[in-house]
Amino acid sequence: MNTQTRKAWRIRQPSVIPGFGLALGVTLFWLVLVILIPLSGLLIRSSALGAANFWALATDPRTLNALRVSFGTAFAAALVNVIFGIVLAWVLVRYSFPGKRIIDAMVDLPFALPTAVAGIALTTLYAPNGWIGQWLTPLGIKVAFTPVGITIALIFIGLPFVVRTVQPIMEEIDREVEEAAATLGATRFQTISRVLLPGLTPAVLTGFALAFARGVGEYGSVIFIAGNLPYVSEIAPLLIVIRLEEFNYPAATAIAAVMLLISFMMLLVINLIQSWSRRRYGYGA
Amino acid sequence: MAHDASQPQQRLARVGKATTEKPAARWALIAISLLFLLLMLFLPLTAVFVEAFRKGLFAFIKALGDPETFSAIRLTLIVAGIAVPLNLVFGIAAAWAIAKFEFKGKAFLTTLIDLPFSVSPVISGLVFVLLFGSHSVLGPFLQSYGIKILFAVPGLVLATVFVTFPFVARELIPLMQEQGTADEEAALSLGASGWQTFWYVTLPNIKWGLLYGVLLCNARAMGEFGAVSVVSGHIRGQTNTMPLQVEILYNEYNFVAAFAVATLLALLALVTLVLKTLLEMRYSAEIAASRRH
Repeated sequence: MNTQTRKAWRIRQPSVIPGFGLALGVTLFWLVLVILIPLSGLLIRSSALGAANFWALATDPRTLNALRVSFGTAFAAALVNVIFGIVLAWVLVRYSFPGKRIIDAMVDLPFALPTAVAGIALTTLYAPNGWIGQWLTPLGIKVAFTPVGITIALIFIGLPFVVRTVQPIMEEIDREVEEAAATLGATRFQTISRVLLPGLTPAVLTGFALAFARGVGEYGSVIFIAGNLPYVSEIAPLLIVIRLEEFNYPAATAIAAVMLLISFMMLLVINLIQSWSRRRYGYGA
Repeated sequence: MAHDASQPQQRLARVGKATTEKPAARWALIAISLLFLLLMLFLPLTAVFVEAFRKGLFAFIKALGDPETFSAIRLTLIVAGIAVPLNLVFGIAAAWAIAKFEFKGKAFLTTLIDLPFSVSPVISGLVFVLLFGSHSVLGPFLQSYGIKILFAVPGLVLATVFVTFPFVARELIPLMQEQGTADEEAALSLGASGWQTFWYVTLPNIKWGLLYGVLLCNARAMGEFGAVSVVSGHIRGQTNTMPLQVEILYNEYNFVAAFAVATLLALLALVTLVLKTLLEMRYSAEIAASRRH
């Protein structure tokens, strides 16, 4: 009885494996030192600004525009990535064609390629006299140095997030479900749109949220292609850097705090989607 | 209906037909995918190499022989050489605590470890500027002792550690959770000490997963731009890592040199991808990432 109650109050359940104290100690020390102290420093500095001051800095027109550009382009890019990501994951899971393994490996290129390299490469392609840009300019389409260019860079950066969250769930789909749908007279299109896609919804939402969150904070691949025109193609992370270079620490802190707050909310949403899908479908995304 | 059951081959074929798309639709989807990847992935990668050799091999080699570029390469290796081992030790410790034990607040701890992934790289740099800059609480104190953190190697290492923090831990935690504690318990019951158990039982079990995590961690550490850019101060030949050197050369319209340095980073990315794919193919059972990205 007594041991039972004491057990419930224990922080950890008993185990013969040694090293819990050391491992947890190292983990917490490193976590607090490198992540938590610096991050809380930012929160303390922004709360020290005072509510009125903070609000004024956060709602400065240039700041609002930069946030709008960041979130708008990230949203558009994540949407494009959802469409092509689903198609790509489907092709990689279901079909076989020559070079498939290489294609599958290449999907992770944006994870591995440094963002600055991606940035200058995309700018070379889409600049008005670039490889692709020179064909678009006569048509009156301007990609580089506009929000469209930012979106292209964010599509590049976000693609693997959607593919890699949807792909494993697609692999798990039970073929019998499709066979049952076909037996009951569903056309192939109906099977896909009414039976398969709904089951993929949590994975797709998670992939979308991950790509979106990454796009909002992205800096390296965007600044080269964006042109960085204030109020037009200036992203929020860049505005933080500009404010820092002006030694305007309060403004930089305020923008960062707003972005951080929204990112944490996104993180929460992702976690909610995952626990919801685990309840509803029995697997996480 | 007897003829239906007597020809299982035909029936299977019909089931197969009912659960896949028409060949035309199939090839259309493959074509769309390939075209999209060609445009979004292959073309940018090709552009890096073509632009680097635009003025010939000689210009390429000359660009790489530049002393500032050389010092950027050296600095990138130093920073990654410090940051990756630090996060390696952290990753193993975190995975050991989280995967081998049940304790309160475990889920919360896991969320905290993932935190840097949801922070913009620029903010990851900014937090250290706010902590150590001349306007901060610590700034004047450090200055009086002559300790330089910002605009110097320690700042670059800190920002890189922040950004690459979760990589090793995220790979090891699901892997070690899957492996359980039975092997370790057996070793301990046979008289092995804690360290012996770790070196001779756990480490061999997780070595490929560990390598996988280190590989991704290293790629990010060497390629990080935003966080490092904020804390570097861009002192030429001193605090410029390779990605920062790419930016400086590019902004000076020295495109051949910028792309020459970029080819080195692109090669790093390609080597990372090849090794990663090989690990996934050969040791898919011994790494967690093939099931969970």
